Amino acid sequence: MIPVTHYLILSALLFSVGVAGVISSRNLIVMFMSIELMLNAANLSIIAFSRYLNIMDGHVIVFLVLTVAAAEAAVGLAIIIAIFRNRATINADRFNLFKR
Amino acid sequence: MMLETAVFYAAAVIAVFGAIMMVLQRNPVASVLYLILSLVAQAVLYVQLAAMFVGALLIIIYAGAILVLFLFVIMLLNLRGEKIEQEKSPIPTATKLILSLLFFVELVMIFRQFSTTPTSEYITDAGWQFGDVVPVAELLFTKYLYPFELTSILLLVAIVGAVIMAKREKGEDEGEM
Repeated sequence: MIPVTHYLILSALLFSVGVAGVISSRNLIVMFMSIELMLNAANLSIIAFSRYLNIMDGHVIVFLVLTVAAAEAAVGLAIIIAIFRNRATINADRFNLFKR
Repeated sequence: MMLETAVFYAAAVIAVFGAIMMVLQRNPVASVLYLILSLVAQAVLYVQLAAMFVGALLIIIYAGAILVLFLFVIMLLNLRGEKIEQEKSPIPTATKLILSLLFFVELVMIFRQFSTTPTSEYITDAGWQFGDVVPVAELLFTKYLYPFELTSILLLVAIVGAVIMAKREKGEDEGEM
């Protein structure tokens, strides 16, 4: 039987790859997909824990997180479209209005 | 027992490979496809953890709806020609890698506190009930009824927000499309 720690470490690895993607990428779309990946890594650990503790409440929580992710994707992509329409780029380094 | 371990490690390697390739790809369409690969591998892990319903939802909602939305936006904006990664970043790449590596090490240090051996409640064969549609739906419509109803409001707000945000302003190059 696979111990729950293995799932947690895999989840940590996926989450760290997501963090690396958000930090290192300058493409807004890739940054956004990295955020989705981080949400999924958290979901994986929730599922692992709910199996480990034999309670199914975690499945409901993951269901709710999936809903939030869908809403987030819709709004985020709309924001990206609006940004692209105004600035004609999705390079995150170009969006430095707050610095000025 | 052996097969279970093999499936776990194969799915884990594919999931991490897909995630890393997603970050490294220059072409956003290829990025989306690698993320789908990673998600399918994660769905395999869900099924292995006896979460049939949620695993199916992951494929249907994520790979089927959300990532298709991503693909749609990428193709709508026609981003394939844009060369973003060529420009120099003010922060060196090594710093970013070390930061995320430190983060991973920190998480692993936390997770090592959990016991490595499964407890007695960790049943190998969960039976047909655990993680099926019926028991999850029962929880969803009894114990978690209010959060479930709230998600509908959340989705409504998201739809309205997305439409407002992506709408063209009046007078802004209207004759184009």
